[in-house]
Amino acid sequence: MSSALVFAWSGVLLFGLGLFGFIAHRHLLRRLLAFNIMGSGSFLVLIGLAQDGRGVDHVPHAMVITGIVVAVASTALALVVFRRWYRASGRTDLPEDT
Amino acid sequence: MIGLWSVPLLFALPLALGILSLLVTPAWRPRLIFVGLPLLAVASFDVLARLVVEGPRIYELGGWQAPLGINLVVDGLAVGMILMTTLVASLCALYARVYLRDYPPSSSFFWPLLWLLWAGMNGIWLAEDIFNLYVGLEVMGLAAVGMVALRATPQALAAAMRYLLAALLGSLAYLLGVALLYATYGTLSMAGLHEAAAPNVTTHVALALIILGLLLKTALFPLHAWLPPAHGGALTPVSALLSALVIKASFYILMRIWLVLGPEVTPIFTAQMLGVLGAGAVFYGGWMAWRQHHLKQLVAYSTVAQIGYLFLFFPLVTGTGPEAARLAWDGTLMMLVAHALAKAALFLSAGNLILAVGSTQISHLVGISRFRPMSLFSFGLAGVSLMGLPPSGGFTGKWLLLHSAILSGQWWWLIVLFLGGLLSAAYIFKVFRMSFREGPQIDRSVTPPLTLDVTALILASAAILIGLTAHLPLFWLRLGSAFGAG
Amino acid sequence: MTWNALILFGVLATSLVASAVIFLLAESRHTTRSVFNLAAAVLKLLLVGWIVWGVYQNIDYEFRFTIIEGVDFILRADALGMMFVGLSSLLWLFTTIYAIGYLEKAPNRSRFFGFFSLCVASTVGIALAGNLFTFLLFYELLTLSTYPLVVHRGTRESLRAGQVYLYYTLGGGALLLFGVVALHVLVGDTEFVPGGVLSGLDPSLHPLLIGIFLMMIIGLGVKAALFPLHAWLPMAMVAPAPVSALLHAVAVVKAGAFGIARLVYDVYGIEFAFSLGLLGPLAVAASITIIYGSLRALAQDDLKKRLAFSTVSQVSYIILGISLFGPVGTLGGLVHLLHQGLMKITLFFCAGNYAETLGVHKISELDGAGQRMPATSVAFTLGAFGMIGIPPMAGFISKWYLGIGALEAGMNWVLGVLILSSLLNAAYFLPILYRIWFRRRERLWCEGKVLGRFETSGWLLLPTLATAAFALIAGVLAGMPFSPLYWADLIVSREYLP
Repeated sequence: MSSALVFAWSGVLLFGLGLFGFIAHRHLLRRLLAFNIMGSGSFLVLIGLAQDGRGVDHVPHAMVITGIVVAVASTALALVVFRRWYRASGRTDLPEDT
Repeated sequence: MIGLWSVPLLFALPLALGILSLLVTPAWRPRLIFVGLPLLAVASFDVLARLVVEGPRIYELGGWQAPLGINLVVDGLAVGMILMTTLVASLCALYARVYLRDYPPSSSFFWPLLWLLWAGMNGIWLAEDIFNLYVGLEVMGLAAVGMVALRATPQALAAAMRYLLAALLGSLAYLLGVALLYATYGTLSMAGLHEAAAPNVTTHVALALIILGLLLKTALFPLHAWLPPAHGGALTPVSALLSALVIKASFYILMRIWLVLGPEVTPIFTAQMLGVLGAGAVFYGGWMAWRQHHLKQLVAYSTVAQIGYLFLFFPLVTGTGPEAARLAWDGTLMMLVAHALAKAALFLSAGNLILAVGSTQISHLVGISRFRPMSLFSFGLAGVSLMGLPPSGGFTGKWLLLHSAILSGQWWWLIVLFLGGLLSAAYIFKVFRMSFREGPQIDRSVTPPLTLDVTALILASAAILIGLTAHLPLFWLRLGSAFGAG
Repeated sequence: MTWNALILFGVLATSLVASAVIFLLAESRHTTRSVFNLAAAVLKLLLVGWIVWGVYQNIDYEFRFTIIEGVDFILRADALGMMFVGLSSLLWLFTTIYAIGYLEKAPNRSRFFGFFSLCVASTVGIALAGNLFTFLLFYELLTLSTYPLVVHRGTRESLRAGQVYLYYTLGGGALLLFGVVALHVLVGDTEFVPGGVLSGLDPSLHPLLIGIFLMMIIGLGVKAALFPLHAWLPMAMVAPAPVSALLHAVAVVKAGAFGIARLVYDVYGIEFAFSLGLLGPLAVAASITIIYGSLRALAQDDLKKRLAFSTVSQVSYIILGISLFGPVGTLGGLVHLLHQGLMKITLFFCAGNYAETLGVHKISELDGAGQRMPATSVAFTLGAFGMIGIPPMAGFISKWYLGIGALEAGMNWVLGVLILSSLLNAAYFLPILYRIWFRRRERLWCEGKVLGRFETSGWLLLPTLATAAFALIAGVLAGMPFSPLYWADLIVSREYLP
């Protein structure tokens, strides 16, 4: 198995783990962490598959950088909303399921 | 390329105004719309004029070529969505300016969020590559979540959180799909994918991921749970923007990708499944809307139902003849635009009615037809379009979809359109019944400021008018698509 | 946009503009509103008269624009449409006068008159529609504009009646929509052409065409109160008298019957419909409705309900005439469209007068009304005689032609239906007349309202007498040019001899 595929499959595995955590956990911070793991998994897939025989492809690099920025922004927003929610309701999870 | 200034302006200007509005004082934030709205309107019409005169084209941002440069597409569909966004967002902005006067100063964060939302949406409409779509989706999504959270009540925050989680999950699924597509074909551009698309395993997996992600973001039944609390619990202008525009963006992306990947990759089974889920949305959403006691919740569930109609696009365009496919395209776009106009009008006039009686409950609307006829009239006009009764955009769209269904021999969708229309009549007339009932003799209701009523009325009238003048707009929408002049 | 097209659109525009203006006027501007209403009604009548004269001379009036590819919005003035428009415009004028008087001091008049005008605009649109799409557009608009009138009073009863009304009419409308779209798929834009557009289709499609016909008849039959789709009509009696008058004489039921006429004559074509075997079942359905309506009418004590069931029965005469293959039968059905309109509106006006002036809603309370309100009672008598079919009233003319038409078409059993229903009509109208004229009043009138110099308010009385006079004249002067009979004859000759 080439290194590209190793990275790619690890990425998929991370994505899967993250997805499981996202759905299974109730605590919002854990779900946020799971989301970040999922994101990292996707980026890993992108980077991994970027290495092909002809050399390094820069486009996935650009995509991943953009993706990281987006993930940071989303996480920041999620944390702000979570903090407000916690202060307003005293809970760390959402009232009903999902 | 100095010539086509309007294209980059369409997302650069809102972005700039968004940042600018963060830097000015809260009192000045609403006033920026007097700069932004006229410029955006002019830019939108300029783009339309160029499309009609010069035909569809690809625009290279900054003159740099893909793949490192960003390409934008200016075809009928993109321009149509841009115009729709400009109209609806402008009227919602004018509404919000007056509506938010009575709210605390922190609500002035509405304005930066509005501009960011607008920038994101225009970015999506114009995007020519699938990664750009992801960026636009994120910008729009985060701004939308922020808007939901503006009303800082616990319910609003919970709704915002739920919305955010759903949006993030959807986006990641979409991103993974994009990654797989790039890995398989080495290109992100839609034109490139269209040429290269082949039915192999990775493509199917990627398509599945993308579909699931976008279904979640479009709140198609049964993935709709985040929508009613978010749309029903937000500030009125926010609800209007979300239901009218934001929800359409993810559907737009799905439409584009479906058509790009082409008939070889997109199996008929999946298309029919999407149609079945759409039917489920129509029935479930309509039923739930009928059972609601709060006005904005009713309107929110109505969105869940109406989204279902849009998904009839997929079975009617896949594996059918060219005539039926063209009718499906026309009909779906007609329903999309009509719904945007009508739903925005519905939310805005619902907001006016709630202001008038000081309560969100439908049962408190007793006898309001005597005192607030204008607000009720806008509600009614919008309702006519949602029910698919003539003369309205909803009716013309329904007609086109019926025509397509009969022509392609897929008779079962007729039942969906039939029952869906009756269900929407049930929940619209529920409100009317209450308002016509014998009520208090004295006017104890508040008169909403005129701007609020007028903006709602303009949107509702537009929903009706587009049904009667659909010929030319539909022709324009087809320019540059597979169903276009040819 | 030719001058003729503009005039045609003007007929529609008078009521649309009137509606918009009335909605914008403040509730308290009663005089302004009345003046505007009447002016619009008179203007419309003048325009209609102009166009009728033109159609008689075979001048073309058409207004069209494209909605979407292959579907046009078409307004066209032909003989059949002008007959319906003429009836609507004339009766709108009288009903407006009546309504102004009836609703004096009532709340929500702006709302009422606004939707009232919209209702008439829809009816005019139905009459002038040049293809199925335009017809459908105004047909559904009629549903939407009549709902607020039915629920006007806002009581629980009114709301319930409105709900039932919507179930029936929206369901029917959806079925009609399916039929129209299906026909569009088969033949493209279905413009109304005498002799129809479907006869050229492949015979393998004939079962489909029969199915589509059935669907569309159900859709149209809801408004035309065909059994068993009639249930909404008696319930809608809770509406104010001008609404009942308008719904039952002019707008809704006639729209349904008119639609069936268009379907049979100008979409399918009478000969093609006959060859598909569609006319026989239609005649049977109409006959069942005629008898059923009359039987139910007998059992009613409420005056408006009895008149409602009478309408259910009488409108089916029109449908019966349509289903009789042959010019005479057609003539009988079409002329009855006008005659029944005039007679029934007179009866409803009288019922409204009795209710407003004397507080009487039930037949059993009508004893001696002839003494107290002679003019109204004379009008009522004329209308009743017309319904029964006593010469020289207009109703007699219609039934005569229907009878002959039945014999010509070889459906002799229809003659039996006609005779039986006339007897039933007599059975439920004559006792009312007896009570009004020949019974002495035992108790005092509960509400002896003095509404004007005459027996009742002039606003209420004049329209009643006018329509009664028209009903009489239509019968007596039937042989003269421009009588309803003359006009119906014109239509028939243009349909059967292309």
